[in-house]
Amino acid sequence: MSDLSKVAAPSRSLSSKKRRFYGSWIATAIALLALPYIFSSGGSLTTFSLIGTSIMFSLSYNILLGQTGMLSFGHAVYYGLGGFATIHGMNLIAGSKLPVPLPLVPLIGGITGLFFAAIFGWVPTRRSRTAFAMISLGVAELVASSSLILHSFFGGEAGISANRTKLLTVFDWNFGPQIQIYYLVAFWTLLAVVAMYALTRTPFGRMCNAVRDNPERVQFVGYDPHVIRFLAFCFAGFFAGIAGALTAINFEIANAAYLGSMQSGVVLMAAYIGGVRFFIGPIIGAIFVTYLLLVLSDLTAVWQLYFGLFFILVVMFAPGGITGLLMKHRPLVRAGTLFTVLRAYLVALVPTLTTIAGLILAIEIVAQHTLNAGEDPNTKAFGVRFNAASPLIWLLAVALVIGGFAVTRRTWRWVEKAWDEALIAAREKGFYA
Amino acid sequence: MLELIVISTLNGVLYGMLLFLMASGLTVIFSMLGVLNFAHASFYMLGAFFGFQISRWFGFWPALLVAPLLAGLIGAAVERYGLRHVHKNGHVAELLFTFGLAFVIEVVVEIIWGKSPVDYRVPRLLDFPAFTIFSTNYPAFKMFMLLVSVAIFLALLIALKKTRVGLIVQAALTHPHMVGHLGHNVDRIFMMVFAIGTALAALAGVIAGPALQTQSDMAELLGPILFVVVVVGGLGSLRGAFIASLLIGLVQTFAVAMNESLASIFGPLGPGITRPLLADIWNVTIAQIAPIIPYLLMIVILLFRPKGLLGTRES
Repeated sequence: MSDLSKVAAPSRSLSSKKRRFYGSWIATAIALLALPYIFSSGGSLTTFSLIGTSIMFSLSYNILLGQTGMLSFGHAVYYGLGGFATIHGMNLIAGSKLPVPLPLVPLIGGITGLFFAAIFGWVPTRRSRTAFAMISLGVAELVASSSLILHSFFGGEAGISANRTKLLTVFDWNFGPQIQIYYLVAFWTLLAVVAMYALTRTPFGRMCNAVRDNPERVQFVGYDPHVIRFLAFCFAGFFAGIAGALTAINFEIANAAYLGSMQSGVVLMAAYIGGVRFFIGPIIGAIFVTYLLLVLSDLTAVWQLYFGLFFILVVMFAPGGITGLLMKHRPLVRAGTLFTVLRAYLVALVPTLTTIAGLILAIEIVAQHTLNAGEDPNTKAFGVRFNAASPLIWLLAVALVIGGFAVTRRTWRWVEKAWDEALIAAREKGFYA
Repeated sequence: MLELIVISTLNGVLYGMLLFLMASGLTVIFSMLGVLNFAHASFYMLGAFFGFQISRWFGFWPALLVAPLLAGLIGAAVERYGLRHVHKNGHVAELLFTFGLAFVIEVVVEIIWGKSPVDYRVPRLLDFPAFTIFSTNYPAFKMFMLLVSVAIFLALLIALKKTRVGLIVQAALTHPHMVGHLGHNVDRIFMMVFAIGTALAALAGVIAGPALQTQSDMAELLGPILFVVVVVGGLGSLRGAFIASLLIGLVQTFAVAMNESLASIFGPLGPGITRPLLADIWNVTIAQIAPIIPYLLMIVILLFRPKGLLGTRES
């Protein structure tokens, strides 16, 4: 009898798990449908579309970095080529009146991404780790430089454009208004997210993880790590191509910046900041980074510096990204020992924020003096007005940084202690992860 | 034709030696720390801008000495307070740390010196033609660049092969733990090597700045080529890096000098091409594709030798 209950228990929890799993997907779909009714302004719809393509792009990047352990510096190549092919495809469809509606057009981008990933992927995926990273960078530079040479296809500096409303109209959706584009992006993003999640659950997805963790062992099992890396590269190229296609449809233009090193860098940073060890990480990273860049560029002229410094901080202190950081607290939450750590966090937050404020002030003063030399020293950054020429503000910045840093170090040591105690307490109760 | 060959060979060797000045530091750092310093070209750029600023205040000759020292100090700080800390987070984190650093350095340079090129001039002492061949004046400053790079190359060779310090560094390349057990401070060796590597890159920047363009995108332009050199030569192989530097320096310099395209070679024999994409390829000159030649070369070489010319290790 007791044996039976033991056998029966997991199956019940499994079915409830399944229900929760499918429930969360359906909830996501409903949330995506409802989103435009809550934030209905044109600007927020554009932002949502941007975030949607960014999520798909970041997740496709994570097939490489997170799932297969390949650090690529040239992922934007497949995104950009997908975008260019889509614009050409749209012009062709509109020009010769082919019966293809717009919702199917992103497939052009996907297939283009897949095609070029298959061509360019074979050589780099022979190697792993650092060598792969460098070769991917070389291939990216090759394509980016070629895009300026092959003028007729890439349109040079200006790029090429298309009109998305000239395609076959189905159900009266001509995809002129942004809301229709939003739904198109949301549909494809959800589809791609589901597909990429399913991919991680297949035997192939598991072999990718194995190649990431121990390629030698993979060879012993009878697989070729090169082939697995190559296939993962192709999948990543396919989804990146769809993301590029949606971006091209969204802006009705494709230019050389789509496949440049900046685009490759941003997707890398977004995925890493979100956290590459969890499937949801790049989604969070894409939302966070897209939003951060939009907000930050409004607040200050030197937003790129803050973004770069933030990325370095993440690499140094939170290598698991945002999700990694949150997941670290799971055993504490489950064991109920989180409270003391939270208290320590709150205390440490005050001097940390003080130091950061001092640093920002110092950066803004220097930026004011170099970027707008000889102009009015009264300036505004992050909504705060100050006079960059006054010695008082210099003193304030220096005092904030030095004083704040001294206190910050102490409080974080205290946080570490509280953390260790809470973790030990959680482990004693049997919660390890 | 002979003129083109002589001048291009000179320029190619010069460019190759400059590349090697940077690639050598990059290779030694990679061999020791296991991390390919993405920000290496950024230190080259820092060197050029430091050189520009210092030569404006005190003249070129102090800059030649002080700018690399400054960059080396920054490099040492980066290793001591950044990379060493990141090491425990794994290889990807290390590489990404230097990637973020490259990004930040570029932005900082843009903030301080602006996006347009600065007026970094050849010092007056060297501003004369060294010799004239086939009616082309070859500038003395370029000869000076060549001299400096060759001198550094020889000094590096002697230091690595003949001195005790070089011996320890060579040993630490392959057996860092053993060197540590023998009582050497491996951490400090790593920091010194990192500092010297970045200082060499900065030195390359100081002497290349006046001849090429000193601008905030120079790291972004040169960085990928530098990685091509290291990958083509074989990761971790100094000799490979040397050969690859010269190879890429020569190939690219010769390509820039050639104005032939497929259309001009075949002339009237060529098929009449009307499709725009094919016409683009048909009419492009070799000089125009010079920027992508290093990458093409990389792919071709890696197709036949996946580990690079003289590479022995996988990663």
